[in-house]
Amino acid sequence: MDIKAYIVLSLILFTIGIIGVLVRRNAIIIFMCIELMLNAVNLLLVAFSRMHATNASVNHVAAANDAQVFVFFTMVVAAAEVSVGLAIIVMMFRNTHSVDVNFLNRLKN
Amino acid sequence: MGNIFQMSWLIPVLPLLGFLILGLGRNAFSRSVTTIIGCGSVLISFIISALLFNEIVGGSIAGNNIHFFDFLNISTLYIGFDFKIDQLSGLFLLIITGIGFLIHVYSSAYMKEEPSKDFARYFSYLNLFIFSMLLLVMGSNFIVMFIGWEGVGLCSYLLIGYWFKNAAYNKAAQKAFIMNRIGDLGFLLAIFWMIAKLGTVSYDEVLSAENLARLTATDITGITLLLLVGATGKSAQIPLFTWLPDAMAGPTPVSALIHAATMVTAGIYMIARANVLFSMAPITMNIITVVGLATSFVAATIALRQHDIKKVLAYSTVSQLGLMFLALGTGAYTAAIFHVMTHAFFKALLFLGSGSVIHAMSGEQDLRNMGGLKKSMPITHFTFLVGCLAIAGIPPLSGFFSKDEILAAVFSKNSVLYYFSLIIPFLTAFYMFRLYAMTFLGAFRGTDEQRHHLHESPLAMTLPLIILAILSFVGGWVGIPDVLMHGGHKLAAFLEPVFQKSNLMAKSHEISHATEYTLMILSVLIAVAAIVIAIRRFAYYSKNSEEAKSIGKFLENKWYIDELYESIISNPLKYVAAFMNNMIEKKIIDGVVNGTGKLVNFGSRQLRWLQSGQVGSYVLFMTLGLLLLLIIKLFM
Repeated sequence: MDIKAYIVLSLILFTIGIIGVLVRRNAIIIFMCIELMLNAVNLLLVAFSRMHATNASVNHVAAANDAQVFVFFTMVVAAAEVSVGLAIIVMMFRNTHSVDVNFLNRLKN
Repeated sequence: MGNIFQMSWLIPVLPLLGFLILGLGRNAFSRSVTTIIGCGSVLISFIISALLFNEIVGGSIAGNNIHFFDFLNISTLYIGFDFKIDQLSGLFLLIITGIGFLIHVYSSAYMKEEPSKDFARYFSYLNLFIFSMLLLVMGSNFIVMFIGWEGVGLCSYLLIGYWFKNAAYNKAAQKAFIMNRIGDLGFLLAIFWMIAKLGTVSYDEVLSAENLARLTATDITGITLLLLVGATGKSAQIPLFTWLPDAMAGPTPVSALIHAATMVTAGIYMIARANVLFSMAPITMNIITVVGLATSFVAATIALRQHDIKKVLAYSTVSQLGLMFLALGTGAYTAAIFHVMTHAFFKALLFLGSGSVIHAMSGEQDLRNMGGLKKSMPITHFTFLVGCLAIAGIPPLSGFFSKDEILAAVFSKNSVLYYFSLIIPFLTAFYMFRLYAMTFLGAFRGTDEQRHHLHESPLAMTLPLIILAILSFVGGWVGIPDVLMHGGHKLAAFLEPVFQKSNLMAKSHEISHATEYTLMILSVLIAVAAIVIAIRRFAYYSKNSEEAKSIGKFLENKWYIDELYESIISNPLKYVAAFMNNMIEKKIIDGVVNGTGKLVNFGSRQLRWLQSGQVGSYVLFMTLGLLLLLIIKLFM
């Protein structure tokens, strides 16, 4: 498959994720969007790894699997960050009884 | 030689120590302790100066230099902090420390009503003054002289403004200091010129034959003119003389010391030191002559119509300084120094005597309210009379010899000038005896309360008067001219080594003995005539016999010179200063400074809106920043 398709898909997912982080008010939705961004990047990494592998087999050179290994790294980071983030959301809920980020304005002025 | 010469550094250092001790400890000392420290330091300096003078007369010291440390040592210029002990500086040392000591003793009685810390402040300033003046005369280069020069200007300011709570006195002190500064600019420029052309400021080197040969005529005239500007500022000649009468705001002993005996003679000393240089600049010499004569005349006429006892003496000082300048201008350096010496004696005597009178009159200084003090103050009266006779030039008192020598020198230079100069002794004798008559003769014109308070002054005040009176009487006998006694002019013989080069250069026409006798008799006759007229006119002075005619008013208001200076110089400066203040200071500079503050305020208020507390906006700014970074990385 053409690598361009994967790039475009990844870009669209990433953009949706960013806009979601900036625009949405629900903290849990914001976290979902962050996950979306991370996964978009993962997708891109795997796609490129596959492209390089295909190229290598056509041209008879060795191909590295670095990107696929890097995907593991990002997944681990995502998992750790989600656990911490959800803990923060639980604390936030306990204090303000809502998950609306606009209520967290104690740092105002 | 050895011992005393090596100790000569003590001479200025002791008054300096006195200044430091009294200045720093002024709150702690009682008046007696202050007197002992203040007078003692000057007394010991005087004793050492006398021993030094003895050695100089004996011939074992002549123009030797003592080196202390390197004042300035860069590759092209070396200035050492050195003292030069020769006949001229030795003589001045005696005058300064001797008369300084007498005035210190006098002050201890005159100022005894001051609180003890002001008393200590006064004595510390006096000691500082003696130190600076000694530095001035003992220096062996123009820079050390300049240090002392500035120091005496400073002390003059401090002492004139001693009673600093009075605003008018402060203005007088400022006037003295600022006018002095104008002169100092000339002096500095002369020093710079010397350094530029010769690379040295030491007397021995600047005045050596080889260095003098390297200077062009323009150089010499320029340097001497600039030195003259400095001298006019310090020695109160036209146009920088108006500070001296105003300086009478200070205590009377200060006027005696600074403005009669020592500081104002600094200009004369400077010109005498550089006599070789001046003798090579005939243009400058002519200017000195004219300035001296003009100043002498103007000041004498103003003195005729002054009513304050100290102002008369102040203008008298200016006039006598003019005479000394006249002597310098005609090349008669010895005569000028001789007159410095005798003038120091009788002018200090007159000032101290007037202080005694003012004390007795409970602070009254107006001549129109005095009179008949002869009976109540016999010692003051007698010594004052001696002083007046000395300044009028009656033989055998000192003033006669010195003044006559000046007049003889003027005659031998230019007889027309001599006839012009003759009016000066007449005016001098006239105003001095007007002063004498209005103060001591006739009937007492003061209030009854003053009459009760009249008393002779204490010993601490009358003893210096007596000593100075003796000196005024015999002081001239070291300079008896050749016509009267062969080999009698000891002073000329003594100062010969200092002035010999100039004397060789001067083309003087010897005047015959007969002429000289005539000149002497003429000047004595003029003085006696003036005395007689003055006493007849003023001995029975009564207050209503004074009408201010037009010339009288002109003289009384000091030829309106102060007003002239104010309109030409002070007022334009004030306008410029006001303009600068309003336009530049308030609008521009303050505008910029305040504007910056306002800008920062505004900026910070706007930036505050960033802190909205909204998490969303924080994330937005984060992403925008990241985007910016990416773009910059991609396109740079």
